[in-house]
Amino acid sequence: MEPEAAKLIGAGIAAVAMAGAGVGIGNIFGSYLQGALRNPAAADSQRTNLFIGFALAEATGLFGLLISFILLFGV
Amino acid sequence: MASTTSQGSEGGLALDPMHQFEISRIIPIKFGSIDASFTNSSLWMVLTVIAVSALLLLGTKRIVPSRLQSVGEMIYEFISNMVRDTMGDEGRKFFPFILTLFCFILGANMLGLFALPVLLHPFTVTSHIIVTFALAALVWVGATVFGFYKHGLGYLKLFAPSGTPPIMLPLLVPIEIISYLSRPVSLSVRLFANMMAGHTMLKVFATFVVALGWAGIIPLAVMVGFTGLEVLIAFLQAFVFAILSCMYINDALHPSH
Repeated sequence: MEPEAAKLIGAGIAAVAMAGAGVGIGNIFGSYLQGALRNPAAADSQRTNLFIGFALAEATGLFGLLISFILLFGV
Repeated sequence: MASTTSQGSEGGLALDPMHQFEISRIIPIKFGSIDASFTNSSLWMVLTVIAVSALLLLGTKRIVPSRLQSVGEMIYEFISNMVRDTMGDEGRKFFPFILTLFCFILGANMLGLFALPVLLHPFTVTSHIIVTFALAALVWVGATVFGFYKHGLGYLKLFAPSGTPPIMLPLLVPIEIISYLSRPVSLSVRLFANMMAGHTMLKVFATFVVALGWAGIIPLAVMVGFTGLEVLIAFLQAFVFAILSCMYINDALHPSH
């Protein structure tokens, strides 16, 4: 296989990591909405934790995206 | 980050979506072998500082605020509440730092979206990992130094959460140390990757608008939606950066959690 083609395929595979981030972010916001609709009084105090969880879930997927950026433009 | 692939020349796309991230020298400055030129990145950093200072300083004298002044007051109150919620009263002395950090990142993200098409080429400062890594390293090194200054070696209690059974410690301490060391990386990569991916996506869709001719009105409608989404992401990432900085400084203030 040509190295150039292998690089592009590898970059595409690495970007699949974003699927996990999508599942995680959807789960966090979905669970937050479920909890917030059951107990709206407590929703505001948990918004900080919501965004921290969102950020942590997104970071793991972005590591994969970073690998694909490195493969495409860095190597 | 130099673009080494040749999408522009052979892929059929009219524009290279990576062209917007290229850095060009405006005023070349050299100190020996160090290249300290005033680049377009520096220009946009200066513009960001000017824009944020203008928003927060100009016309803030009125008791009944004007529209622009109430935006500045909203930002101030928002960050003030966030600092109080995450760090308590002890963290008040870090409020100017967090407000500056938030405003700079928010301004840089937003200015990258709203550019003057002819006069200035749009450039997003935070779409380069060296910029975001410098910001994240400042927060991380600052928090670590402050933690050791305030608690001495007691800061190492951060790596052994209170209430852990001693038999779990050999497993837990390495995990905590790895998580602590990966903080600056995750903080910087999150902001950089969001900005870079978002702007590349905008550019790719903009290419569709041109390539499709009159049918390009469909991707144009999608573009409008995506631009709104990018504004949301620009705000959200600045907020996330600021709130995680607060948490890291809070760990330095109260290491035994």
